[in-house]
Amino acid sequence: MKHIVKIMTLLVGISALWFGLLMTSMVPSSHTLLLPIYFITCLGCYGLLMVGVGLMRFPTCPQEALLLQQDIIEAKDYLKQRGVDVCSE
Amino acid sequence: MAERNKYSIIIPTYNERLNIALVVFLVFKHLRDVDFEIIVVDDGSPDGTQEVVKQLQQVYGEDRILLRARPKKLGLGTAYSHGLKHASGNFVVIMDADLSHHPKYLPSFIKKQLETGASIVTGTRYVKGGGVHGWNLMRKLTSRGANVLAQTLLWPGVSDLTGSFRLYRKSVLEDIISSCVSKGYVFQMEMIVRASRKGYHIEEVPITFVDRVYGSSKLGGSEIVEYLKGLAYLLVTT
Repeated sequence: MKHIVKIMTLLVGISALWFGLLMTSMVPSSHTLLLPIYFITCLGCYGLLMVGVGLMRFPTCPQEALLLQQDIIEAKDYLKQRGVDVCSE
Repeated sequence: MAERNKYSIIIPTYNERLNIALVVFLVFKHLRDVDFEIIVVDDGSPDGTQEVVKQLQQVYGEDRILLRARPKKLGLGTAYSHGLKHASGNFVVIMDADLSHHPKYLPSFIKKQLETGASIVTGTRYVKGGGVHGWNLMRKLTSRGANVLAQTLLWPGVSDLTGSFRLYRKSVLEDIISSCVSKGYVFQMEMIVRASRKGYHIEEVPITFVDRVYGSSKLGGSEIVEYLKGLAYLLVTT
């Protein structure tokens, strides 16, 4: 099924759960009414955490730039000998 | 006995007269015992890219380097379709011409596909063994933020959605490309997400991405807006 349908189903399920909690009043309704806000806040925090962690652990490869420069020199030499125009603009 | 595999490497170009020569050299250097062809799809570059390609054809052979030019800039998606029409291999590699995709990873793409029988092998910059160079903090932040958003909304099953260094089984690429309508890098996202939805076996290999050395980047403009629009579109239609 389409992805959006999956997400909608999940949201409907969660909403039904929340509604059920409201109706049965097992938990005081003042708390229950605030649950969606808690949920969205948690989701937002989780997202920010993921971005932050990912940013810290972002893989970098400075040595690759050097290797690339070597490759470029090798390529230019080879091609120049064989009549390919390799002057940069 | 496995049938011989042939790899068609499609490289769209626009004003890449120096980069295309370097890329072609590196492809030939790293793919020694492999049957392949390079298909250069040039969109009428005014800087003489096509002349350089013709010189390369003299060095490497016109059967190994195909020039399939178009009269003007017609976009990335159609460049792939155009190249695909002329591809004689049973596998297709798509990559950029600006050396941010290094041909030295081509053997690892091929090896991964042979080992796993995957329909698609996509390069990822975001795992151990991969990486980027030449990105400032802002660019890393936007990249990471965009990635987290896309992962949360789309559950795509791959770690690098906007990457465009990929190996496809030719039949699979033909199937997906016909159902994709986006432009630019959202097109790359759409391709991999649709492939994931259709249940194709997708594998990843780490690649390093060094920001381009020569020439000017084609990236510019209000990308964030385009990206969000693209995400919304993919969320609803895939």
